[in-house]
Amino acid sequence: MTINTLAKGGSVFIILIVAMQDPDMGMKMRNQRLLITVIPMVKGVEFLLWFLTEALHVVLRPDETPYPIYLAKKNIRKQGERWNMKGYSLLHKRINHTWDFVVMQAREQLRASKQRRKADRIVLECQEQAYWLINRPPRGKNIYNLDPRCTTALNVYDSLLCVHLCFRPFCLQIETSKRALGRNRVKSSICLESFTKYSEQYQNHDPIMQGCLPSNPWISDDTAHWTMNSEMVPVPTRLRVERWSFSFMELLNDVMGRKEFMTYLEKEFSAENLCFWQACEDIRHGESSKIIEKVEEVYKNFLAPGAARWVNIDSKTMDKTLEGIKHPHRFVMDDAQMHIYFLMKKDSYPRYLKSELYKNMLAKAIVPQETKKSVFPFMRRQRHASPSPAQAASQTPPEGGRAKGAGQAGTNSAVQQN
Amino acid sequence: MNPFISPLIPEMATQEVQLNETLAHLKTESETLKSKLEEERAKLHDVELHQVAEKVEGLGQFVMKTRRTLKGHGNKVLCMDWCKDKRRIVSSSQDGKVIVWDAFTTNKEHAVTMPCTWVMACAYAPSGCAVACGGLDNKCSVYPLSLDKNENLAAKKKSVAMHTNYLSACSFTNSDMQILTSSGDGTCALWDVESGQLLQSFHGHAADVLCLDLAPSETGNTFVSGGCDKKANVWDMRSGQCIQSFETHESDINSVRYYPSGDAFASGSDDATCRLYDLRADREVAIYSKESIIFGVSSVDFSLSGRLLFGGYNDYTINVWDVLKGTRVSILFGHENRVSTLRVSPDGTAFCTGSWDHTLRVRAICSLI
Repeated sequence: MTINTLAKGGSVFIILIVAMQDPDMGMKMRNQRLLITVIPMVKGVEFLLWFLTEALHVVLRPDETPYPIYLAKKNIRKQGERWNMKGYSLLHKRINHTWDFVVMQAREQLRASKQRRKADRIVLECQEQAYWLINRPPRGKNIYNLDPRCTTALNVYDSLLCVHLCFRPFCLQIETSKRALGRNRVKSSICLESFTKYSEQYQNHDPIMQGCLPSNPWISDDTAHWTMNSEMVPVPTRLRVERWSFSFMELLNDVMGRKEFMTYLEKEFSAENLCFWQACEDIRHGESSKIIEKVEEVYKNFLAPGAARWVNIDSKTMDKTLEGIKHPHRFVMDDAQMHIYFLMKKDSYPRYLKSELYKNMLAKAIVPQETKKSVFPFMRRQRHASPSPAQAASQTPPEGGRAKGAGQAGTNSAVQQN
Repeated sequence: MNPFISPLIPEMATQEVQLNETLAHLKTESETLKSKLEEERAKLHDVELHQVAEKVEGLGQFVMKTRRTLKGHGNKVLCMDWCKDKRRIVSSSQDGKVIVWDAFTTNKEHAVTMPCTWVMACAYAPSGCAVACGGLDNKCSVYPLSLDKNENLAAKKKSVAMHTNYLSACSFTNSDMQILTSSGDGTCALWDVESGQLLQSFHGHAADVLCLDLAPSETGNTFVSGGCDKKANVWDMRSGQCIQSFETHESDINSVRYYPSGDAFASGSDDATCRLYDLRADREVAIYSKESIIFGVSSVDFSLSGRLLFGGYNDYTINVWDVLKGTRVSILFGHENRVSTLRVSPDGTAFCTGSWDHTLRVRAICSLI
């Protein structure tokens, strides 16, 4: 494609945009969904490829070569240093007739760039420099001759672009598929059986399926259910204690369960395992800035030879972890943490469930009485506000978690404006 | 992958042909591997879910009523999230407002106006002390919640994530310190809240990523994302690699949610179906659809036991599915425009839906017949 109507000094980009929209040789347009409307869209990759294959012809016309402009800019800027002097003077000779134009363009571009912020300017200069390093006209070649110029630029640019932008999605897909093929799969009959077991196990605990005791707060406007199940209560509910026996993760996820387990481990003199696990969780999910000091602490307390609360990890994992500690990062404790987690899960946890401590807890646990539905359904209770977690974080949390209003008692259906 | 660089300078036409050939070759290799993968997956599929569920007792009729209606948004509600205290909610809407409600009393506790419209993502921090939101501004910002009425929440805003296209979903990981985001630029990313640093990015979707969900697993290292390329990908947060990929939907996937045990996840799509994918069997194991349902699903969530799957649809209704038997248990009405977001509360006592009719509704079961 050649653009014959190139006006001297005309904007290359206006011409490009016109060429883009040509139905035969232009860009491939597609529609992108944007929530409620569909907008025509062009992918950046495709634009670049199209640009390189078609439009470079336009850009590299001798009477509008940006390259001499670039060189002129450099020379205007650096009065003392002369860069690529030989090429510069060669160009000067060849395109003498448009020299004034080139210098004028260079000055304009320099003035425009001064308007930009310093950071932007630096980035643009680097980009420009990099581009021309790749696409500099080969020495000795006649730059009027378009074909070698185009194809040189196309060669390097096009191939790199194609590889990284066009081929990449397919390369990623192929990689993912190869990895997936190597995966271990389990028979459907075994997997699906686990769903029925899970649903059965949790059915009584699912308020939507089975209701909740004493009543669902959303139905009865009574927050007793939440009060009885708040983080730390003197006596937990039976359902809650039962749930600790479903899986190790359930036990650890419940603050009270974790505390009980810690008490048990202390009796068994293996509490350092849980402390180590907690410290590792803290590293993994905590602030990035504190990682190094936390790793130090963990090493000092749990891993160093002769440490106060030394944890028993196999030597291979220990070596790997100690190596990793030299360059601490967020996941450095992962292997050790997993080892201790599974140790607790396979050993301490089953014994805890058989222990007196757990059995007593289960026996003590309360089963709340179901509140009878109100006889007069149109009498509604006062809905009390509860202290916001945001407030609780800055003060010491109140004992028992009574849901008393903090000066914000709500009424039945009025919506208060804040 | 070696760059295609030739020592000679061939004609441009030949070069283009060669590049096209390489591309075609890559395409065929990719397709071959995909079909091989499907074959392998099918080998171990010896029984259907509803067959296994035959021995399970059927569910009776549900009566679910709207127990709270939260009015206050001036425009379409796009997203909502529950707080761990089981009663507070954060919701965001098209007009740029993000509101924190105590859904139990229906009081508004905080309100922030974002500088952009279409706030498509919002999330409550695990501690309950902050909320994150974002949308057309391509960013995810974290607002610490202050109880001082005179304090302007917007002043304390912290910009955490930066994408090159709209933010479609965000979620805190196990703590307030890290956020996982997904964007219209086709990537997901994990950010450190404190420094705003990018910790890991996830590339693999060929189009906009619309949703994500974190796995409730023991090791806590994976998440699933769904996108406009009809794929649902499971990622390893540590390495950034895509571990598993599922492509059985026929249209954009709007919502993904893990089954409570973490062994499977459900997805809802514009093709009007919800599907269940098992991670260990590595395949789709159930489709929840009916011929009479022709509108897309915008949002899905499981009940606490995983027996029920709630789906919010674009035809203004909510369909409740029996996950094991594959049948629809109930259909719920009430909204006057499409349901855009749906979440079950952390303790499973109720679920909340947000809609384009500017309201949020909290529903609970009144009775089970």
